Amino acid sequence: MSVTPLLDVRGVTKHYGRHIGCKDVGFKLYPGEVMGIVGESGSGKTTLLNCLAGHQAADAGQVIFDTRVEGPRDTLLMSEPERRMLGRTDWAFVHQHARDGLRMGVSAGGNVGERLMAVGARHYGDIREQALDWLERVEIDGARVDDRPTTFSGGMQQRLQIARNLVTGPRLVFMDEPTGGLDVSVQARLLDLLRGLVRGMGLSAIVVTHDLAVVRLLADRLMVMKDGHVVETGLTDQVLDDPQHAYTQLLVSSVLQV
Amino acid sequence: MTDQSYNFAYLDEQTKRMIRRAILKGLAIPGYQVPFASREMPMPYGWGTGGVQVSAAVLTPEDTMKVIDQGADDTTNAVSIRKFFERTAGVDTTTATSEASVIQTRHRIPEEPLHEDQILVYQVPIPEPLRFLEPRETETRKMHALEEYGLMHVKLYEDISRHGHIATSYAYPVKVEGRYVMDPSPIPKFDNPKMEMPAIQLFGAGREQRIYALPPWTKVVSLDFDDHPFEASKADHCCALCGANDSYLDEVITDDAGGRMFICSDTDYCEGRRAAGHRGPLNAEAAE
Repeated sequence: MSVTPLLDVRGVTKHYGRHIGCKDVGFKLYPGEVMGIVGESGSGKTTLLNCLAGHQAADAGQVIFDTRVEGPRDTLLMSEPERRMLGRTDWAFVHQHARDGLRMGVSAGGNVGERLMAVGARHYGDIREQALDWLERVEIDGARVDDRPTTFSGGMQQRLQIARNLVTGPRLVFMDEPTGGLDVSVQARLLDLLRGLVRGMGLSAIVVTHDLAVVRLLADRLMVMKDGHVVETGLTDQVLDDPQHAYTQLLVSSVLQV
Repeated sequence: MTDQSYNFAYLDEQTKRMIRRAILKGLAIPGYQVPFASREMPMPYGWGTGGVQVSAAVLTPEDTMKVIDQGADDTTNAVSIRKFFERTAGVDTTTATSEASVIQTRHRIPEEPLHEDQILVYQVPIPEPLRFLEPRETETRKMHALEEYGLMHVKLYEDISRHGHIATSYAYPVKVEGRYVMDPSPIPKFDNPKMEMPAIQLFGAGREQRIYALPPWTKVVSLDFDDHPFEASKADHCCALCGANDSYLDEVITDDAGGRMFICSDTDYCEGRRAAGHRGPLNAEAAE
């Protein structure tokens, strides 16, 4: 028996002029699976993620998503309204900087409720109830539902961003350095929370990071990128414990052991 | 007397054609903001340059014009725009709502119902209802094109969460014919239900270079939540001068000891009622 992959990526390529963003990247992501993408700065991780999520147009390739209604469809060939609809229903995007993903001038409750209202929720009481429920799930005090994110700490902003993204029950979450810029203890709590949510909701996720500890905790499978190419793929523990490619070996050995 | 050194209604004929094309396009797509090449007018931005250009483009020598500002015919803005068209177009002017064929307005719809052969021209400061939530013009245009209006409800959500009710009391967003979300210009939300009317409504934003329009009887729905429905509110008083309790009221501070009174913001409506013998609390006292 074969399972339809949730996301089937084939030969995605993006050039910036003569410079390579990412070249000929392909992988399959199955429902409930978390894929980690690691690599140094400038290796094309974020470019790849943006191409997959439709924030940037890829030059070549296919990104086939298993839609709820119509089955597998190439999102790169979808019309923009369809793609944006996906972007606020079945997909979620967690930015590295919470400020990019939040509306800083709108209260926490409004931030969480925005996606609900964007898909047609018109009952204030229901929206507020769901917002409060989600704040609790990401460990933010419900009393702060009417505060603006500007009054939140970095870790809280990041958790708020996650709540805002997951409120519509997406099936695929793109995360760009979700723990970047947070201190270590806050990172640990956030990772714990993310792991709980991903496993609890059966989410599929693509996590881009340069932090190997993040992928060790979150990802089932790992893809290592260098200079826009994928140099190694495999199960997370396998890649990290027995790296084959020279670059992966360098990456693994560069991690400080405390 | 018309000043002969100007073309009729100040603008040259090519400019008026350009503006008329924008108006026709706006009427064809109700609620859609049509860009147009707004001209420099002999008044500062924010004083009604958009409305004046639209009025100039629709005026004919046979028209009778009325200009109101916050409902009043006798405020600076209204008087100077009325004089402007008296001088440059030589058209008749009036303060009576029923006698005017073109009414330029700022912040109000007249109390007296308009009829079919009238045109109501609004002065609009900021035509984009999504502007304060989404500063990028490229993004708001895309949101209009793709009908992504969730953000408009975020604004109303914020109102309720902060004030317990929808506190937006003017420039209250409306949905036109089930398609475009539109800023009705800063009219009080009391006037929103009046926008489904037999007269043509034209909106001109001079600085922002946008024209939009509502053909007669266009469906205009004020946005709201199921559990917080739209309410056309006004001050809970009657007019101190004419006693009307169905008109929109201005609050006037009368002394520094908390004294105040409420009077109709529509001066023509109020005068009409007083001429017909209606008296409010203030006048009744004076008569005794």
